[in-house]
Amino acid sequence: MAVYRRSYTSYSGPLTPAWSRFLVLFRYSRRKLFRSKLHTVLFVLCFFYPLACLLIIYLAHNLSFIQNFGTVGGGFVAIDNRFFLYFIDVQGALAFVLTAFTGPGLISPDLANGALPLYFCRPFSRAEYVLGKASVLVILLSQITWIPGLILFGIQSSLAGPRWTWDHLWIAGSLVLSSLLWIAILSLLAMALSAWVKWRIVAGALLLAVLFFGAGFAQAINAVLRTQSGHFLNLFYLISTVWTSLLRVPSERSLTSADASVALLVYCGICLALLWRKVRAYEVVR
Amino acid sequence: MSTAIQPGAAVVASQETAAAPPNPVIELQGLSVRFGSREILKNLVCSLRGRAIGLLGPNGAGKSTLINTLLGFYKPSAGSARVLGHDIRTGTRKILRLVGYMPENDAIISKMSAVSFVQMMAELSGLPPGAALERAHEALFCVGLAEARYRELGTYSQGMKQLAKLAQAIAHGPRLLILDEPTNGLDPSARQRMIRMIRDIRDSKQLQIVLCSHLLRDVEDTCEEVLILNQGRIAHYSNLEEERKANKRFLELELYNANGDFTAAVEKLGCECATTANRVKMILADGVEIRDIYRIAAERDVRIRRLNFRRDTLEDIFLKAMGS
Repeated sequence: MAVYRRSYTSYSGPLTPAWSRFLVLFRYSRRKLFRSKLHTVLFVLCFFYPLACLLIIYLAHNLSFIQNFGTVGGGFVAIDNRFFLYFIDVQGALAFVLTAFTGPGLISPDLANGALPLYFCRPFSRAEYVLGKASVLVILLSQITWIPGLILFGIQSSLAGPRWTWDHLWIAGSLVLSSLLWIAILSLLAMALSAWVKWRIVAGALLLAVLFFGAGFAQAINAVLRTQSGHFLNLFYLISTVWTSLLRVPSERSLTSADASVALLVYCGICLALLWRKVRAYEVVR
Repeated sequence: MSTAIQPGAAVVASQETAAAPPNPVIELQGLSVRFGSREILKNLVCSLRGRAIGLLGPNGAGKSTLINTLLGFYKPSAGSARVLGHDIRTGTRKILRLVGYMPENDAIISKMSAVSFVQMMAELSGLPPGAALERAHEALFCVGLAEARYRELGTYSQGMKQLAKLAQAIAHGPRLLILDEPTNGLDPSARQRMIRMIRDIRDSKQLQIVLCSHLLRDVEDTCEEVLILNQGRIAHYSNLEEERKANKRFLELELYNANGDFTAAVEKLGCECATTANRVKMILADGVEIRDIYRIAAERDVRIRRLNFRRDTLEDIFLKAMGS
């Protein structure tokens, strides 16, 4: 077809498969995200710690190199589950910062501009819309959490040999599971808040408030009521409990891993319900 | 042909023109929509087949609710409807594949350029990226936004935003184009351009149009069939195309010393009359000539001050429907 044609013409060409349409939103949203220099800088900064970890793994397997500098090689960092727990702790925190910056801008502009009817007047469902928007965060956060984690694990395996790999294979699974749970929480929370608060900046501030004030409020409840139930309001505590348990690092925590996991899944469910209520073509005023 | 409708009564387009498609565009089968305790649409029964269908009604009549229900945004509380032969309860996705929709409100993404916006919408409708880009350019040329297509939508005037919304509605080549108040917020010249555009699209004969508006001129200028809604019910159905083609003679008389005898005598001849103050609108029956009207007037001492040939405008039809 030629653009100089000024009259309407119908389309009879091929169509993309229906299942792949959510990727359209992913492509456009991601392109928009990386137009922001601040976001790009933040994203690049998220790879500094994995690079440092890579260096540590390399050095740990090249003790003779360290000994040249007069350092005691045997006391260098052990590459074990605790090492990967630190890794996921740091990358998890960075994932949170990245989400606070990018997450609220995903849905709120569509709501503020009243653009949702344009999405849903096509063969494109609400679930696909949420999936498309969530996939931006899921893929972005995966790139800084479990994917570099698995790369580090792979490099450690190649340097330490098959016996170490076989003995520590569970760490790889724990890394993926821990990261995916945190990514799910962050993505759903960011999207739910941005769907309910149409202003991007306010939604970002609210995300920080939910996590930091939640933690503070949890401590206050624990102190005033002399209980440990307040921890259920502290998302950082809950996810940290799950990570510690999944990576089999001993710790004295007041909540069990199962309790923390259930609480996190409940949070995910609440966020999904909030999203489902808000992401629709038109709000029905009863 | 104009028909007064009782609530819930069935309306069927009387005759299909040669160009009209064999199947109805929209079939309402006792459609009701309820939000909580409020019943917005009440038992609508209708079958529309025109190439351009107008949905008219005062604010709050249920026009937008009807469109949103046909698009699957709202669930019917009773009855059902078919759009291009697909049931709205079971075939929403099939319907949406065939429909282009231009919403009433400012539904744009302000930080995107027009061409990216239209391309993304076309891709969401299933077009591959290359074809979507090509169609986006073509649609923007078609609506007259070619020069401004790389500008961000946030910088567009109201008229340009309306055109961008029209472009996204036609980019994927739908079979049915639903326009909800397309001339909202437009100045007279922009409105004229929009109406011309809609007529051009209609005349391309590659798709059918449903135009929802409370502006009678817009509907009269573009549509062949009109469905008037009032308080959630069908108040009137009118096939403007049939009316235009019908070989009826419409007269408007301005009378002096008018009395009921005159209209009664004219009606006895088989003419249809509608009286307002000293004016009478009538449709002459077959075999009745204008001299017969003069004769009756003279016999009853009624003076005819002015006689115009005319038929009901859409405004007359609308006001009558609202009155009923």
